[in-house]
Amino acid sequence: MSTAPAHAHPVHKDYQGAKFGMWLFLFTEILLFGGLFLLYSIYRSMYPIDFHNGGKHLNVIIGVANTVILLTSSLTVAVAITAIQKGNKKLTLACLGVTIVFALMFLANKYIEWSAEIRHGIYPNGPELLKMPNGEKIFYGLYYSMTGLHGLHVLAGIIALLITLDFVRRDKITGTDFNKLENVGLYWHLVDVIWIFLLPLLYLAA
Amino acid sequence: MNTLAHGEASSYRSFLESGDRKGILAWILSTDHKRIGILYLACMVSLFFVAVIIGVLMRIEQLSTSHHIFPPAIYNAFFTVHGVIMIFMFVLPGASAVFGNFFLPIMIGARDVSFPRLNLMSWYFFIVGALVVIASLFTGDGPPDAGWTFYVPFSLRTGTNIPLGVFGVFLLGFSSILTGINFITTVHRMRAPGMTWHHMPLFVWATYATAWVQVLATPIIGVTLLLVIAERIFGIGVFDPAKGGDPVLYQHLFWIYSHPAVYIMILPAMGAITEVIPTFAHRTIFGYRAIAYSSIGIAGLGSLVWGHHMFTSGMGNAANLMFSLFTFLVAVPSAIKVFNWTATLYKGSIEVKPPMLFALTFVFLFSIGGLTGLIQGALNVNVHLHDTYWIVGHFHYVMFGGTGMGFFAALLHWFPKMFGKMYNERVAAISWFPIFIGFNMLYGGMLVLGYLGMPRRYYTHLPQYSTGHLIASIGGFIMAIGLVLFFANLVVALFKGKKAESNPWGGVTLEWHTPSPPPLENFEEIPVIKDRPYIFNPETAQ
Amino acid sequence: MEHAEEQGHVVPYRTLVKVWLLLLILTAVLVFVSTAFHEALSVAALLTLTPLKAGLVFFYFMHLKYERPFLKAMVFMVLGVLILFIGLTFLDISYR
Repeated sequence: MSTAPAHAHPVHKDYQGAKFGMWLFLFTEILLFGGLFLLYSIYRSMYPIDFHNGGKHLNVIIGVANTVILLTSSLTVAVAITAIQKGNKKLTLACLGVTIVFALMFLANKYIEWSAEIRHGIYPNGPELLKMPNGEKIFYGLYYSMTGLHGLHVLAGIIALLITLDFVRRDKITGTDFNKLENVGLYWHLVDVIWIFLLPLLYLAA
Repeated sequence: MNTLAHGEASSYRSFLESGDRKGILAWILSTDHKRIGILYLACMVSLFFVAVIIGVLMRIEQLSTSHHIFPPAIYNAFFTVHGVIMIFMFVLPGASAVFGNFFLPIMIGARDVSFPRLNLMSWYFFIVGALVVIASLFTGDGPPDAGWTFYVPFSLRTGTNIPLGVFGVFLLGFSSILTGINFITTVHRMRAPGMTWHHMPLFVWATYATAWVQVLATPIIGVTLLLVIAERIFGIGVFDPAKGGDPVLYQHLFWIYSHPAVYIMILPAMGAITEVIPTFAHRTIFGYRAIAYSSIGIAGLGSLVWGHHMFTSGMGNAANLMFSLFTFLVAVPSAIKVFNWTATLYKGSIEVKPPMLFALTFVFLFSIGGLTGLIQGALNVNVHLHDTYWIVGHFHYVMFGGTGMGFFAALLHWFPKMFGKMYNERVAAISWFPIFIGFNMLYGGMLVLGYLGMPRRYYTHLPQYSTGHLIASIGGFIMAIGLVLFFANLVVALFKGKKAESNPWGGVTLEWHTPSPPPLENFEEIPVIKDRPYIFNPETAQ
Repeated sequence: MEHAEEQGHVVPYRTLVKVWLLLLILTAVLVFVSTAFHEALSVAALLTLTPLKAGLVFFYFMHLKYERPFLKAMVFMVLGVLILFIGLTFLDISYR
């Protein structure tokens, strides 16, 4: 070797490594929400009746609608990956676009739901909530923490999906190099999985 | 492995001379794992000295029972900030982020980590987290005063600036997670040809085990800290007893992370010691597999003992018994390591150079720390010892006597390789005396004080503890002098040190086959590994 | 691309749509059971159907079915760790 190359590190693509790194990140996400699931299960065992009553005030229809929305958006992301693997750029773009629309719909529902509850005085330190028994205060504390943290993840997902969409459009993600899309997909599916657990824990608790 | 030594080729440029950028930008925009390691080193040593100064101030306050230099509120802030800086910014990322970053890729024959840009981002999380914690001291309604554990309900009731401080720790946790993800992927994907799992140096094993704990345990504290912030800002009530919350659950979540975090702190230091000891005993490591697997064992078992911090918190008896049992069990893999280190020394040609001196100190002090840990791991004794200076003494023996000394040993061991400069070995050896003597006066004194009943975190003490506090304080001052000497020696060496050879200690792992300091890409050609590490005498090795 | 051969498995559209339909059906069953029947039954449904749904997403949408055994093992290890954390905490709460 005569001289060190000007660019510091040769670009090396390690497809398996990048995907493995993403999975490791997902593990941290599982445990991040895991802490909340831990609290939920303990408090539910402490206050079974209050949790039951707490679930009654939640809007099951919005909860289920949001589940259907997220499950379908998961499908569209999965289809987008299969499409790019098959070289179908148009379908990939369409699916990613639909996913983003679904994600926005999810957040819109969340907004409607939260603002209705806040109008009724059910929010941390809210007048109605303070009148409720302790177990229900905890239930709503967990409800806002869990759906709030999940909502932030949806928001981050929307940003990631938008960037990915742009990459596909500019052919930075292609049928032979689609790892970024796959990793965003993995993330989005995990956001979906967490909601799969939140639905019965919160909305179907009654 | 010896085939790839290439000496000081005339054409070679070290990583310190390579790169397009100049000045500070060459550092803070570099994705070179070696530069990132040194960035961590510089930040950590600076923060370490800030915390040392705070520690010295606390020892000054304890000199007298009648004259108070600081009001109690400031003393509370002192032990909080001392703890937060030392734990979250020095010992926790310490050996892993500095030496793991610098040497893990080299030791497995890679050119860099798997995700170099993520690696740099992780440093930015670290530095921003550190700045946020420091900012929390001077903003809001006074510096955080809840101790580094931020126990509820006090951290919810105190008016001080807990949310910002906690948010800083959250960012530091993010840095730790990203480093962990990077190291696991690197070890899985970037090993050189022939570098099988059982050909890896033991430092790599230790860092790998650590990385798993970082990935799996850190998110738990992440969400816990977020809940504390939400509790302070919105009053969600999850940890608030007034709203039905259970403060003991906070302790559970906190220690589910923070006990494994103890192993995040100690494992890489143990790994570094495992490199130093065979190098200076000139003998292959005894029990390679036992040491490698005990790292995994510590990581696994260490995740199941968190309850031993909570024996007096009102936990149920079944949990108390189980956690006490696990606590005794986790001593086993630690002891396996200690026995294997001593067995390595047996019939070795031991050279007590400065790195070895500190490595042996590690074994000695860590053993004291470990054994005192068993004492307080017993349920009945714990009732007497909990929240006393005994605990403070114990964890300083483990954290400072263990991780700290391991860090110093590693720094002395690898300094010539990292910077290409040799420090004054005599001064390094001399600095050992005040550090060792002062250390034992300070923390040995704390063990005795605690056993006699001195509670921790009190800003003053009853007259019967004055002698003990005096001894501890004098020890603290002596140790601080030793620390200044230790680091001054290294700083002088940076600028005026003699040029270091590529292999000053006769080491055999891959990093000693590169020039000092290594070139940007570590290796001209990726080496091919044919044998185990630690073969010092190829003729006699079977 | 030299790594082209190791780029992920292509899951057919049909499989994805089938999994999606199955997920919707399971959701419907879950909601139905939890509103129409007895508490114990709804808890049982929660504990079985929810992991099943999550498993479908993991195995098909996230391609875990086609991954190396090591990664599969790690996913279960992570879930095991979480369950262990929750279980050991219950050891305290249940016997106070």
